[in-house]
Amino acid sequence: MKAIIATTVFGVIMMFAGILVNNKKSIAALAALLFIALLGVNIFDLVNSPASPELFFNNMLRVEHSSLWFNTLMTGCTLLYVFLMGKEIQKVGTHVAEYFALIFFILCGLYMLTTYNNMLMLFLGIEILSIPQYILAGSDKRNLKSSEASLKYLLMGAFSTGILLMGITLLYGASRTFNIVDMAAMLHSDALNPLALAGILFIMIALSFKVSAAPMHMWTPDVYDGSPTAFTAFMATVVKAGAFFAFLRLFQVSFNALSEHWVIVLSVITAATLLVGNVTAVFQQSVKRMLAYSSIAQAGFMLFAVLAVNMYSISGIILYGVAYSVATIGVFSVLIKLKDYTYDGFNGLARKEPLLAFVTAIFLFSLAGIPLTGGFMAKYYVLLAVVKQGQLMWLVIFALLMAAISVYYYFRVIIAMYFKQGNPELTAPVTAGDKLMLVVTCLLVLLLGIFPQLILNM
Amino acid sequence: MILVLLILIPLLTGILSFTIKGDGAKALALISSILTMAVSAYVSGANFTAPITFNQPWIPLLGTQFSLAADGMSSMLCLLTGIVVMVVMIVNVNKDVEKPGSFYGFLLLSQAGLMGVFLAYDALVFYVFWELALIPVYFLCSRWGGEKRIAVTFKFFVYTFVGSLMLLAGLIYLSMQTPGLTSYAWNDITRAGAALPLEKQQWLFWLIFIAFAIKMPIFPFHTWQPDTYEQSPTPVTIILSALMVKMGLFAVLRWLLPVLPAGVAYWSDTVIIMAVIGIVYASLIAVVQTDLKRLIAYSSIAHMGLMAAVAFTHSAVGMHGIMVQMFNHGINITGMWVMVSMIENRWGTRDMTKLGGMAGATPKMAIALVVISLANIALPLTNGFIGEFMLFNGLFAGHMAIMVVAGLGVILGAVYTLNMIQKVAYGEVAPMVSSKDMSANEFVGVAIIIILIIFLGVYPKPLLDLTSGIAGLIVK
Repeated sequence: MKAIIATTVFGVIMMFAGILVNNKKSIAALAALLFIALLGVNIFDLVNSPASPELFFNNMLRVEHSSLWFNTLMTGCTLLYVFLMGKEIQKVGTHVAEYFALIFFILCGLYMLTTYNNMLMLFLGIEILSIPQYILAGSDKRNLKSSEASLKYLLMGAFSTGILLMGITLLYGASRTFNIVDMAAMLHSDALNPLALAGILFIMIALSFKVSAAPMHMWTPDVYDGSPTAFTAFMATVVKAGAFFAFLRLFQVSFNALSEHWVIVLSVITAATLLVGNVTAVFQQSVKRMLAYSSIAQAGFMLFAVLAVNMYSISGIILYGVAYSVATIGVFSVLIKLKDYTYDGFNGLARKEPLLAFVTAIFLFSLAGIPLTGGFMAKYYVLLAVVKQGQLMWLVIFALLMAAISVYYYFRVIIAMYFKQGNPELTAPVTAGDKLMLVVTCLLVLLLGIFPQLILNM
Repeated sequence: MILVLLILIPLLTGILSFTIKGDGAKALALISSILTMAVSAYVSGANFTAPITFNQPWIPLLGTQFSLAADGMSSMLCLLTGIVVMVVMIVNVNKDVEKPGSFYGFLLLSQAGLMGVFLAYDALVFYVFWELALIPVYFLCSRWGGEKRIAVTFKFFVYTFVGSLMLLAGLIYLSMQTPGLTSYAWNDITRAGAALPLEKQQWLFWLIFIAFAIKMPIFPFHTWQPDTYEQSPTPVTIILSALMVKMGLFAVLRWLLPVLPAGVAYWSDTVIIMAVIGIVYASLIAVVQTDLKRLIAYSSIAHMGLMAAVAFTHSAVGMHGIMVQMFNHGINITGMWVMVSMIENRWGTRDMTKLGGMAGATPKMAIALVVISLANIALPLTNGFIGEFMLFNGLFAGHMAIMVVAGLGVILGAVYTLNMIQKVAYGEVAPMVSSKDMSANEFVGVAIIIILIIFLGVYPKPLLDLTSGIAGLIVK
């Protein structure tokens, strides 16, 4: 687990770079180099990982191959994000070095969330993941909406953290341990302690906050909409996928034996998430806000992997996380180039910037789950997981109906781009470099759709 | 390998077409369609000995293979696709569209999708092509269609997409029942499905059938169809009505009847009644239409309804009739649309009440219209007759009452078609009807169709031979 140390060190280096270097461009270049280095460290960890899980830091972290694979992929997505959004991050404010430092710290939290072996590390990971986000959300400090987003996120986040701690305490009372593997041994259906059930419920609610599952999703639209778009793209993708991995890890390792008790609650949460996300997204006029609701809707699908708790779950979350992140980062990187974030702002984009429109269409196809894109394979794979589970066929059919609704709001963008007249205003001319990165992202989406085994064969 | 060509030729030329500006795209599309036609003709010819197959591992982890197979039914439908697309391209040689590169690119891509659907021998591959065939058509209708195109196409897309997703859930469920982890091979899926108990097959039937019913379309899932046909540009209407609706029927024969035999037996009466209601209902509406496109759209619902009803009767003759009729209906309806597009291009209207006197003004067009219309109502010695005869033969065995009601559709078909001929081709020459007869390329396109109509009407043996083996297999 050298990556967890590397990312912390890189974060500190970035903070010092903010004092020593005055040029925004060199800071961004340094950050890009450090992200590449971080990806290298992750790959090094991955290649050198033994077949069986390794324990670190007095059994606080248990590193499995799947965790390392997820870390590597998410670092890759972050790198993609930095390449696509680097210029936009520089535009947000003056403290560019700090923004990059905070992203490194978020990754540190993410690495902890994918490897924690102890409830305390889960708590620490969630906090390290969240606190930098509160700052990033408010980084456009002269914008009232950005400050509102930050404050809202902080208050809601603190509240949910409290609930998480409460849950951990109750579980400790029931199982006399913080270690998630030992906890699994202590919690089994015969001799069930009601404290444990209450604890599981509290943790479920707290983690639902973090992954923005209904009815704990209320903060999401305002925070995602208010934050600078450059950071929304990161919060809605890599961070969310990381939180899901933590969610799944806990429920698969510790609470698997009690699944009969919590599956029904979680399936209701899933159904509510799908319903709220998809139906509300339909009524949005701003594409950015629509993407916020779509991220709720997509969370509903990711919850399937948690619900299923079987052999398909981990790879399902990994595939879904990557496919969803790549496509969403892609859409955001096109959105950020437009002056007007409403649907009308996209009118006629296909005429003015055919390439931009084409890649956006592919990203939206992926989010809607059209075959040969990564999004289809991901949806397919989590459905597979839940059909395998056997009890939840009603939820599968409900989810598919909701997926059909999602076509409405994703295709509205395509209709605006291709079939409506207009002259969309861009914030800056699209450079050849932008185009190249977008094409690469688009190819990644297609590659995931045609050869998902690249991700699934860990 | 030759089967891959059927998909690859339109796919690659389609992608290439997007990069071409101007009329080069038209030429490319024409050449591509002729090539594909030739390959599909070769496949149909070679099929007399043994089915051709192609297998390539795709996602071994999920038990899915890129596996294609051309038995009698597949190669017949590929041949139909090849012929119809070629005729579309020939007829459009002298027409101008906005952005020809994209237009022909999408047309060719949809052809690639259709070929994939007809050839797929693996459920996941089938599903992928099933969806992919839809996307280009969505863009074609929304971009080049009539006034209300965006809303109408969207309705069509959402309708079919809902169906597809249900289908996906059904296929995943079936793949879980196969031995081993999951498998999507046709053999495994059919074996797993047939082994399921009746109560499971009962609900699984609807999960899978709704997608096909929407595509065909069967009453009451047909409401997208007349609007979409009317709003689409005519080349796309042809692709939709001659080929895409066959996807639904083909899918029933390949992915439903053998997969869930008990479920099919349980629900067959329900489906037959739905289909027959559709026949009578669509025919009655067709009688009062004055818009040529809508008239043909409703007549197409009636024709498809008859085929769908017979598909659920479990009769060998009927099944054979469906195969023959799928081909012939594709040819005839293409002819009808080509005639309508010629009329609309020349005189700017599709309203029958404003037309008339074609026989005097444009005799060649009038003759073609009469021949194709007569084939459409299945007059003996045209290709429509033999198929319809076999279909009714299939119904006759166990469903006498149904046959009588369905027969009403044939009578009504004669009523509206003859009425249409009378109004459009005969009578006094209407003021807007000029005497601009067929151009050379239109003549070639229409000639191909009329030759096929008469040849298969007089000597249907090649078509019967091609499909006889597979028809027997499905009923077994």
